[in-house]
Amino acid sequence: MTPSDHQTRKTERLVALVAIALLLFCPPLIIVVDRLPSPHVSWLPLYLFCAWAIVIGLAAWLMEHRAGR
Amino acid sequence: MRTDPIILGTAFGYLALLFVVAAWGDRRAEQGRSLIGSPTVYALSIAVYCTAWTFYGSVGRAAEHGPSFLLIYLGPTLAMLLSPFVIRKMVRIAARQRITSIADFISARYGKSTSLGALVALMALISITPYIALQLKAITVSHAVLINYPDAADTTLVDEHFWMDKSLWVALVLAVFIILFGTRHLDASERHEGMVAAIALESIVKLVAFMAVGVFVVFVMFEGPGALFDQVAATPELAESMRLDSVPGGATGWVGMLVLAFLAFLTLPRQFQVLVVENVDEQHLTRASWLFPLYMLLINLFVIPIALAGLLLGVSAGDPDSFVLTLPLSAGLEGLPLLVFIGGLSAATGMVIVETIALSTMVSNQLVMPLLLRSRRLHLSTKGELAGWLLGIRRVAIVLILLLGYLYHALIGDSYSLVTIGLVSFAGAAQFAPALLIGLYWRGATRQGAAAGLIAGFVVWCYTLLLPGFAQSGWLDAALLTEGPWGIDLLIPYGLFGLEDWDIYTHSLLWSMLANVGLLVGVSLFTRPTPLEQTQAALFTEAMHPNLQTAPLWRGQTTQGALNELLIRYLGNQATRRVFRQNRSDNVFVADEPANAELITRAEQALAGSLGSASARVLINSVVRGEALDIESVLSILDTTSQTLEYNRRLEQKSQELAQIGEELRGANERLRELDRLKDEFVAMVSHELRTPLTSIRAFAEILRDNSQLPNEKREHFLGVIVHESQRLSRLIEEILDLARLESGRLTLNPVPLDLAALARRSIDAIAHLHQERGIELEMSLEADPAMVIGDQDRLEQVIINLLDNAGKFADRHQPRVRLALYRHRDHFRLSVEDNGAGISVDERERVFEKFHQIQQDGDIPHGRPKGSGLGLPISRGIIAHLGGRLWVEDAISLGGACLTLELPPAPEHPAATDSSAPPSAS
Repeated sequence: MTPSDHQTRKTERLVALVAIALLLFCPPLIIVVDRLPSPHVSWLPLYLFCAWAIVIGLAAWLMEHRAGR
Repeated sequence: MRTDPIILGTAFGYLALLFVVAAWGDRRAEQGRSLIGSPTVYALSIAVYCTAWTFYGSVGRAAEHGPSFLLIYLGPTLAMLLSPFVIRKMVRIAARQRITSIADFISARYGKSTSLGALVALMALISITPYIALQLKAITVSHAVLINYPDAADTTLVDEHFWMDKSLWVALVLAVFIILFGTRHLDASERHEGMVAAIALESIVKLVAFMAVGVFVVFVMFEGPGALFDQVAATPELAESMRLDSVPGGATGWVGMLVLAFLAFLTLPRQFQVLVVENVDEQHLTRASWLFPLYMLLINLFVIPIALAGLLLGVSAGDPDSFVLTLPLSAGLEGLPLLVFIGGLSAATGMVIVETIALSTMVSNQLVMPLLLRSRRLHLSTKGELAGWLLGIRRVAIVLILLLGYLYHALIGDSYSLVTIGLVSFAGAAQFAPALLIGLYWRGATRQGAAAGLIAGFVVWCYTLLLPGFAQSGWLDAALLTEGPWGIDLLIPYGLFGLEDWDIYTHSLLWSMLANVGLLVGVSLFTRPTPLEQTQAALFTEAMHPNLQTAPLWRGQTTQGALNELLIRYLGNQATRRVFRQNRSDNVFVADEPANAELITRAEQALAGSLGSASARVLINSVVRGEALDIESVLSILDTTSQTLEYNRRLEQKSQELAQIGEELRGANERLRELDRLKDEFVAMVSHELRTPLTSIRAFAEILRDNSQLPNEKREHFLGVIVHESQRLSRLIEEILDLARLESGRLTLNPVPLDLAALARRSIDAIAHLHQERGIELEMSLEADPAMVIGDQDRLEQVIINLLDNAGKFADRHQPRVRLALYRHRDHFRLSVEDNGAGISVDERERVFEKFHQIQQDGDIPHGRPKGSGLGLPISRGIIAHLGGRLWVEDAISLGGACLTLELPPAPEHPAATDSSAPPSAS
């Protein structure tokens, strides 16, 4: 692939990541997690932090990934 | 340890440290060894987003409204993920046009409009003042909590003379501090490297302080998260507190807050300052796009545990906004609360410093300077440096902004919690988003549209969020909130048009954005932009275009001397020298020489960096005769580039096509060469095949001629050989002729309806004698009998005999067996001839139909002549193809050797086909 192809692919991946983040951070997924039964505090905060960490991890990988993309 | 001198000493010591860092940063920048040339420092400076609100208010909001506090950070996370598309473009525009603030950005986008810049600056001032008040409040409250604990903190704040109010002093100290390192000099780039370095340090301090409290609460006070959550689980109302139900407005409020935080992150003046104006390298965005979200995640990690712990401890923990301080205090600690106080101070001062610098730049560049420049007396007749003036204006602005913040805090700040004040500001700043973002991508947005949208959005914001705040603090009649103005309940500020069950921020965001975007788009569609607006719109929307960077945008004329004079007056000697030194194409300064376009552009940019683009425009216009590059020229630059790109694309396409054609040609050439080789081979083979019988005939004929006394039997034998070879020769010639006719398409067939089964029997009879001689066992299975096809009787018989003869030749040598089968397959007839020989390997199966191809068999006599001419199969295939059928090789199912199968379509219905009553027979 040429460098511009790499750039295009990176852009596409980034758009996909934003879409994933939107999906993870918005209802209806939020509502689904909120309704899960839990022994302690609601699962919602834990879910949000995990989803957030995953999105950050993916972003870091995507952004810092250089040659050989 | 919690006495005033110690606390104040620590606080001032910390501020002094910041100042040292800032001064050091500035000195390094002057020496060209920038401290902030690192993406990590850039990411940390963006963390100025996390203010005292984050530090104290997040815990408060978590205690009252569950996980909703996280939305304030998830929104910016989304914005940072989009930074390669949005923020990068803003950074590039800002760098190219020397943008100094968000007001400048919006003003520049809409034709360097002075009025629009002033409007944005005013709106920013009004919506951000409460936010500054929030920080002052946080500092004083945290100080009071630290001093007074376990007494309530608020008691000392009321009923005092204003000069006894610590917030006032905090504001004044901060004003001095900001003046000291925010306006040390007037730089053409309007960057504050020292300040950015100090902010980055502050970000680390507040993160460390907050995490220290978190670790203490979770692992010391509660022996781990498990223990804490067990206790929470035992209190049902607490266990329920982290559900979506606790979020104001539920799912709708959730989305609204996410959008609000997303927009505000991009439009808060201080965020614009650090994200766009202070950015030294576009590439830093790459790191910041994940590092800053990571920072936010870390600083929020302990918010919920601290909030839950505070709620568990109940009254002794005090106000939820102060849990971060009161929890370590309640445990009897001294050092940790002081660290927390410093962390909070860090968060608050960081915000106040950047926000005040951003606002003071806006006030001086967008509000005061345009007014001064309009006053003709000052503008053109005053000689001498105005740079000092500018700094003075900015310093006064800083003091006024902080005093304004103090006033807001003193007068109505107490009626709101930290987060409420912050969110009101957020919603106000978000009003810039449509003009900013739409202007970034839609060339058609006009100045009038942007102004109408901004004003409408701002009015709706004032009505739905700011006024209710005044009503709540008793400045306005509280009935406004319950009954609406003049008793019209459709106009209740928190429930416009009956939309009452939404949370107030989502409600305000919806109506203000509706008005804002609606008017921006609507008015833009019905107004005409001026040429300069069109130019700027093109420059903004096409900012990422590779060609724009190098194009000089001035066509007017002026002398270098006039420009020099102008720059010295507004920027001072040093900055002016820098501008002229950078003018690479024109090294020598000659006062009377005309200035080139590059120099004029550079001068305008330098002025814009100090005065804002609108004022710079006015000043340059005052010395330059002629117009700036008009829209047509800009568009032609872009179009030329587009055409070049299109041309390149087509060229690339053409070269790809050419490469493809070349490949095809190469293939065709190879095929031709192969055909040539085959032709030579064919000729060689034909001559070889013809020569063999001829040689043999000639040899025997010579023997007969030379030996007249040969015995009779020998003579007869030799004559027999000669006859046999002659027959073989004529057969060969006949075959070659057949092949030639087939290939030239001159083969004449005489197709008639005939019975393939009958033909098969006849062929077997014809070859039976030969097979008997070879000892071949022949089977016949005629499942389809009759099998009416259209064909040439003689030719078809020739084909079948050829197949049978071939099979006989290649059958097993010791116990040769051949099987002929005729059957119906789907709607065709198939005739297959199998043998029990070695078979034909898969890659040989097509080659046996090549001319003169000799099938090699295992155990073939190496020196013996190949069996047959090698023309039978190609001829057979040609004949079958002429009759509309196929001939191919496959594995023999019954006998295990090779199987040659021919397939022919059945003849159309014919009376002869039906009246045959012969039973199927097998031999």
